[in-house]
Amino acid sequence: MYGRKVKLRFWFIVLILITLILTTFLILKSLEENVIYFQSPTEIKSIAEIDKNKIRVGGMVKKNSIYINSKEVNFIITDFKNEINVIYSGAVPNLFAEGKGVVVEGFLKDRNFFSATKILAKHDENYMPPEVKEALGEK
Amino acid sequence: MFKLFEPNKIFKITSRATKYVLFLFIVVLSVGLLEALVLSPEDYKQSDAVRIMYVHVPAAWISLGIFSSITFFSICGFIFKNKNFFLISKSLAPSGFVFNIIALVTGSIWGKPTWGTWWAWDARITSMLILVLFYAMYIIVWRIYDKEEKVYRISTFITILGIINVPIIKYSVDWWNTLHQPASINILSKSSIHSSMLYPLLIMTAAFTLFSLLIFLMKYNTELIKIKNKGLDRL
Repeated sequence: MYGRKVKLRFWFIVLILITLILTTFLILKSLEENVIYFQSPTEIKSIAEIDKNKIRVGGMVKKNSIYINSKEVNFIITDFKNEINVIYSGAVPNLFAEGKGVVVEGFLKDRNFFSATKILAKHDENYMPPEVKEALGEK
Repeated sequence: MFKLFEPNKIFKITSRATKYVLFLFIVVLSVGLLEALVLSPEDYKQSDAVRIMYVHVPAAWISLGIFSSITFFSICGFIFKNKNFFLISKSLAPSGFVFNIIALVTGSIWGKPTWGTWWAWDARITSMLILVLFYAMYIIVWRIYDKEEKVYRISTFITILGIINVPIIKYSVDWWNTLHQPASINILSKSSIHSSMLYPLLIMTAAFTLFSLLIFLMKYNTELIKIKNKGLDRL
């Protein structure tokens, strides 16, 4: 039905696409550590040596772990396997709350202690009106 | 093949379709805005900031959809050596580009009150920024070169390079840790967005799709008129 040139051009495009997909896959695979935006407490526990540079750690704010005094905020980030203590001074975003996602930027003091310079609230994929949330909470 | 596609035949349809699409767009947009800004409830956590989503999410979807369409038509044009496909691609690009920028800007406006930052170099946001750059390259190529053959080849190549980015945008939130939340709407499983918020979102998506269609038709008609003025009946 189609001419020989049409078929050739089709396979040419297919070849280009396969090559590009494989190349991109290899590049992303080798850059994985830099592509991720934050590390989990479990990943922090397993690192060989403590990085002096600024890093980001993310997870859930542990229930009943927020302590606020005049100077600073203390809380625990958990991924339900491991935990890390965070100390921070400054304003926190509105959505920062216990049991919610958070990403902190700052410096690792040791494997259990993190000094944050910035706090970002991580929003989850759930959207619902307040009444529905209350109804879910009652269950 | 592609006989139906000849410009003088489609022009009759596309030139008339514009006003109907415009009418439909105004109706759907009015309903969508009413739903999104007035009737839909606040979110339990973000309160009114959730309303930004009704612009942000459709804009992002449409910019991805249009880029995929541009790639599809460019590849068809390249394989079948049909000029019309390239003109369709060319006419689609501007609205995709604009919606991509809208998605980034509204995302930034939403990010400040919700995350606490205007911008984060996470995988989803960065890959969307890369898509804008591909759109820009695609549009610029049509202006740089005068030789049509050259434009066709280079623009097709840009779309093929850019299309690799589209699945990366889609799955970036699943493959890597990102600040951006994962998808709320799943075709196969239950969506994690309440129906009172889902409907305005879908209506706004329809409105934006109609807007892209409108801009596309206007652009495309211009291209067809240009061909007519050159005194060519066929492509």
